[in-house]
Amino acid sequence: MLNATYIALIPLLPLAGFLLLGLFGRKYFKNSSGIIATIILLVATVLAIYTAYTYFFEVGKVHGVYQKLIPLKYTWLEFSKGVSIDMGILLDPITCMMLVVITFVSLMVHIYSLAYMKGEERFATYYSFLGLFTFSMLALVISSNIFQIYIFWELVGVSSFLLIGFYYDKPSAVAACKKAFIVTRFADLGFLIGILMLSFYSGTLDFNTLIERLTSPGSTELSTALSSSFLGISALTWAMILVFIGAAGKSAMFPLQIWLPDAMEGPTPVSALIHAATMVVAGVFLVARLFPIFALSAPEALQLVAYVGAISAFLAAIIACTQTDIKRVLAFSTISQIGYMMFALGVSKYGGENGLGYTASMFHLFTHAMFKALLFLGAGSIIHFIHSNEMKDMGGLRKLLPITHITFLVACLAISGIPPFAGFFSKEEILLAAWQQNTIIYWIGLLTSGLTAFYMFRLYFGIFWSKAPSLSDSAHRKHHGEGGFAMMLPLVLLAIGAAAAGFIPFGNFVSSDGKVLESEFHLQLSIAPVTFGLIGIFIAMWLYKKQNDKPDKIAASINGLYKLAWNKFYFDELYIFLTKKIIFNLIAKPAAWFDKNVVDGLINATGNTTQFISKKIKGVQSGKVQQYAAYFLVAAIAIAVLFIYWWK
Amino acid sequence: MMQPGLYHILFISTALFFIGVFGFLTRKNLITILMSVELILNSVNLNFIAFNKYLWPEKLDGLFFTIFIIAIAAAEAAVAIAIIINLYRSHHSIDVDNAEELKY
Repeated sequence: MLNATYIALIPLLPLAGFLLLGLFGRKYFKNSSGIIATIILLVATVLAIYTAYTYFFEVGKVHGVYQKLIPLKYTWLEFSKGVSIDMGILLDPITCMMLVVITFVSLMVHIYSLAYMKGEERFATYYSFLGLFTFSMLALVISSNIFQIYIFWELVGVSSFLLIGFYYDKPSAVAACKKAFIVTRFADLGFLIGILMLSFYSGTLDFNTLIERLTSPGSTELSTALSSSFLGISALTWAMILVFIGAAGKSAMFPLQIWLPDAMEGPTPVSALIHAATMVVAGVFLVARLFPIFALSAPEALQLVAYVGAISAFLAAIIACTQTDIKRVLAFSTISQIGYMMFALGVSKYGGENGLGYTASMFHLFTHAMFKALLFLGAGSIIHFIHSNEMKDMGGLRKLLPITHITFLVACLAISGIPPFAGFFSKEEILLAAWQQNTIIYWIGLLTSGLTAFYMFRLYFGIFWSKAPSLSDSAHRKHHGEGGFAMMLPLVLLAIGAAAAGFIPFGNFVSSDGKVLESEFHLQLSIAPVTFGLIGIFIAMWLYKKQNDKPDKIAASINGLYKLAWNKFYFDELYIFLTKKIIFNLIAKPAAWFDKNVVDGLINATGNTTQFISKKIKGVQSGKVQQYAAYFLVAAIAIAVLFIYWWK
Repeated sequence: MMQPGLYHILFISTALFFIGVFGFLTRKNLITILMSVELILNSVNLNFIAFNKYLWPEKLDGLFFTIFIIAIAAAEAAVAIAIIINLYRSHHSIDVDNAEELKY
């Protein structure tokens, strides 16, 4: 049987680690903090795996359907009858899957950082921030209440802010963490309004009740939410669109993707943890959590999810082809892959065979966490060796970094969807779901998968082949080495995951309605993505395996397009124009004027009037006793006269 | 010889009261001000005595009040003179216009 204490301990252990290391780390655990945090997380990982195992194989399934279990629920703030913020645990297949993914990837990052961050001045602070992040992300996925999820949603934002700005003496890191925080915060405003609308129409904040009330046809809540409309779209659809804006902000979907590439200013293991494997999929998780409402009651909002996902996947893939900073390439590939998950959700329907997209999306989330964390950690080990992020400083590293080379290759094959690596299975399932529901999105997805293979292998050949390693690098190898055991172990473990995770029969565990989904394997449909992937790889091989001038020539021949992509379609400039020119000048400046002159003016006027009057009448307090006596006498006489003549 | 009536006495006491008030407001010497206060108090005493004698001759309430007022006036004079002595020590003057530090 499930014990709520164990499950509650999964997020609480990292929290305890955060408090311990955050308060006392710098003084008492300067060197041991990494080990402490790693052991704490190891325990949490074991608990998470145990919980998932118990759920999937013992208690979760009742009559062939996975139930939504609530082992713990504590009413925290009750606004009115039924509307309360609870602190609770909701266990369902996606929660259990996320628990395992988060703790596992976080554990890998903890181990990796033992070597990568060694000698860092703020080593203990780094580990306490990692603990805070892991805590908030774990608490987010077990939330049983939509407001609870919002609280931890914001905490995730805060910890990402802290970790991106970890090197706070670097101006670019400071700018990046501010940008990430403001952009996601802006999107969260939509999420908050969405929550308020949902709770207004459904009269509850609890996930299970909310979903039940807003999906069962004929319920009064659903009919009110559907009948009240704004701009021709029902209130419920608006609410779901607003929730999706929050999800899009956190998941860096078009057009809110601008913060993720800059977030690469943080330490590389953090990028692996937050900006690849866990935090950015929070948006996908949220859409999946509310999926029944999206699919059954607000299909227009789900359409939006599908198209936003497809556009993000495609745009980000194009941009990734031109970037030269390896972490930026990976960041754009993250956006692209999350776009995949989003449109897979978007094309899915609720229940049965048509719910394939949902399963595929969660499957891709799972496999993506493996290979993307691996890619980032591999990139970290390369950066650790080269001390640069730029591709032009690299080349021919396959002899110098053999383990990194092999694991990176595995991850590249996985993300490109080459069988039998993990990405192949999930991507094939996503494309199958898209093929069944929406052909336009299928073609976008197919094209993107070709682009993905191209830019990943451009990266791979650029780093590990291309030119011969420079002599200084070879000399460097002698005393530097590839990085210790702590850095290689996570790479190998994640590579095993990236290679083998695809064989998990995912449909048995995760499906939109909890029933087992038998995913069939369509050989003819998997030919196209694999062909596209292979074409991408061969083009990349032809262009980048040996150092030559072909890439430059091609870039020159499509100069306009290349520049457009290299500048990320000028989205940053567009945002700067919007904020600096339009919002600052047209809204902020008049508002500042109003504040300075009208609001402050009123307050100042009150003060000035009081001062003026008091100056005029202060002469009364002369300090002369006899004057006071005279006033007293006059007043006494006046009162006496008043009484005599008025009393009658 | 004509017996003085109530109105005669009230006239004297009113005159005494306003002489006292006038002295209180115009004199600058604190001792004189104290004397003016005594005048006011005594005008009140006269009133009490007169009303007692002419309106309720069989009662003694007015007399009691008068005796109390005399006693209080004595105490007040003692306090006032103590204040005046202290004022003189600190200001070397008993002119009220010189003691005006407590102003705006």
